[in-house]
Amino acid sequence: MQGIYLDNNATTRVDPAVVEVMLPYFTEQFGNPSSLHSFGNKVGLALKKARMQVQELLGAEHESEIIFTSCGTESDSTAILSALKANPERREIITTVLEHPAILSLYSQLEKEGYTAHYLKVDGKGRVDMDEYKRLLSDKVAVVSVMWANNETGSFFPVLEMAELANAAGVMFHTDAVQAVGKVPIDLKASKIDMLSLSGHKLHAPKGIGVLYLKRGVRFRPLLRGGHQERGRRAGTENTASIVALGKACEMALAAMEHENTEVRRLRDKLEAGILAKVPHAFVTGDASNRLPNTSNIAFEYIEGEAILLLLNKFGIAASSGSACTSGSLEPSHVMRAMGIPYTAAHGTTRFSLSRYTTEEEIDRVIQVVPEIVAQLRKLSPYWGENGPSAEPEKDFAPVYA
Amino acid sequence: MWDYSDKVKEHFFQPRNAGPLPDANAVGDVGSISCGDALRLMLKVDPETETIEEAHFQTFGCGSAIASSSALTEIVKGMKLDDALKVSNQDIADYLDGLPPEKMHCSVMGREALQAAIANYRGEEWSDDHEEGALICKCFAIDAVLIEDTVRANNLSTMEDVINYTKAGGGCASCHEGIEEILAKVLAERGETFKAVPVKLDKEAPKPGKLTNLERIRRIEAVLESVRPQLQRDHGDIELVDVDGKTVYVNMTGACAGCQMEALTLQGIQAKLMEELGELIKLVPTRAGSLARATSQP
Repeated sequence: MQGIYLDNNATTRVDPAVVEVMLPYFTEQFGNPSSLHSFGNKVGLALKKARMQVQELLGAEHESEIIFTSCGTESDSTAILSALKANPERREIITTVLEHPAILSLYSQLEKEGYTAHYLKVDGKGRVDMDEYKRLLSDKVAVVSVMWANNETGSFFPVLEMAELANAAGVMFHTDAVQAVGKVPIDLKASKIDMLSLSGHKLHAPKGIGVLYLKRGVRFRPLLRGGHQERGRRAGTENTASIVALGKACEMALAAMEHENTEVRRLRDKLEAGILAKVPHAFVTGDASNRLPNTSNIAFEYIEGEAILLLLNKFGIAASSGSACTSGSLEPSHVMRAMGIPYTAAHGTTRFSLSRYTTEEEIDRVIQVVPEIVAQLRKLSPYWGENGPSAEPEKDFAPVYA
Repeated sequence: MWDYSDKVKEHFFQPRNAGPLPDANAVGDVGSISCGDALRLMLKVDPETETIEEAHFQTFGCGSAIASSSALTEIVKGMKLDDALKVSNQDIADYLDGLPPEKMHCSVMGREALQAAIANYRGEEWSDDHEEGALICKCFAIDAVLIEDTVRANNLSTMEDVINYTKAGGGCASCHEGIEEILAKVLAERGETFKAVPVKLDKEAPKPGKLTNLERIRRIEAVLESVRPQLQRDHGDIELVDVDGKTVYVNMTGACAGCQMEALTLQGIQAKLMEELGELIKLVPTRAGSLARATSQP
């Protein structure tokens, strides 16, 4: 049976056309782009083309603003640590409570090293309080990092507006845009965003390739020093095949932008409406009116996410969950907790993330299967009675907690 | 996705004794806040014989929580209450052919539910006596609370102490940053500063023992022989590969190969070896064995 892949926020399949353009760089085009001879020169030209393809998708003003890295996490770390080194007298950093661990773990380490980190709180839909943000901006702040779209709910943060405010206050602004790039139009030259991270494998390029966008003129200190690659801003021999692949993937994402925001969005909305129509005690998390076109995160109350995923997997359906047990840690999703989603719902949150390869038949199948799975698990749940949640779920079942 | 044993999957996909038990006379409601799992265990106990006639469960939780609950009901059915109280979380995990280290707390929750249900039957108050922390050492499934308590209670100050007292950090060593943070915190509380001392892992020079090498190896073999029937009962086996000083290399074969409980099984055998030889012994599965296991996974 062909599986139904609805976990595109985790990673995407590499488009066959992308695989095709990268293959020659493992064989005949093996040269080092830094070499003067023709073996290297051709590869150098291919990198230039890829850089321009990325520039086009991001709406960057100059191709030299594109720095190839190994992944989104490297781009994030490079951006934040660069801002700190460039502004050694500034000891405060700002971010949001909903960020990816690539930012949160780094911030928590920086706190141990003596920095003061401010984590912007969010409301029930995952929205920040802009007044709180404005109050925190000062000449003590080295950098602000806010994700463009949240990986779990797909909800947007107002990064363009936040970048304007940071810029006016003389503070550097970075955005982790790994979920947004390729799914929503981006025009960096018209923005005040100083740095942006993207990751190839989220937009049908391979894993192991990322980009840090660095606006011309923004002060920068490299994370990796060494050779002159990437104009000395990211030393290390280029991952040529993957860079060429990312260029192609960006070109294709730009061409599919319209489709992503019409057809993919329609299928996502159909999936969501179809499930909610059949499953009681379920709701969409995040800011449903302001989010990525491909993402739907649904909380199924009184059941647990890992159990949902295991049963979905039995039907060949791949999704992901904010439950504690799926993450490898024991903590439930920090995103759901920060939005104040109750425990009995947070553990049952399930994320469906579509791509331009998702078909109508697949969505119909998922709409058919999910209600059965939910009903099956609710039969096992101590919070669930005969035909619905027990009269007072929290009271009827109040376990002694370890 | 977790690497669950077939038995876990079977009990998850076809849970036994699921759903309410209307005439239950012993009910235990427990949960593990760190995982958000919760379990209601319902027993029907014959007051004459104190035998558990029926056992049902309802669980809010992940695959292994549901499987552990299902296994628990199967284990205790037909047991006398006093015998049921002896069922350990390890028994539940063993029944399921092991659980991933991160999921061992699911079996702990099962044991607690059992204790709570029996206390409920006897009209006693049950209170939980342990606290769970973040899992630090994944090799030996040891959490932050246990490490912190041990460091505090025994005035420990080095990584080596922690390894010797808790085993945490004695395996792959990738959790040492986390352990150092705990040490630094507790030491700071008692006004000391943590100083990192290089830890010797694996490569300790063998100290001259009282036994000759031949005697030691014979004793090691005797210990392995003594546990073999137990392993074979679970369709597994163990073979001695080499003895290098304090390190004993073995291969886990059959069902033991790739079994999630391998670390705990080895821990048990290692304890027996130390007892028998009267010295510190480190029992290590060989890399070749591990590799064969890894590649045999689908």
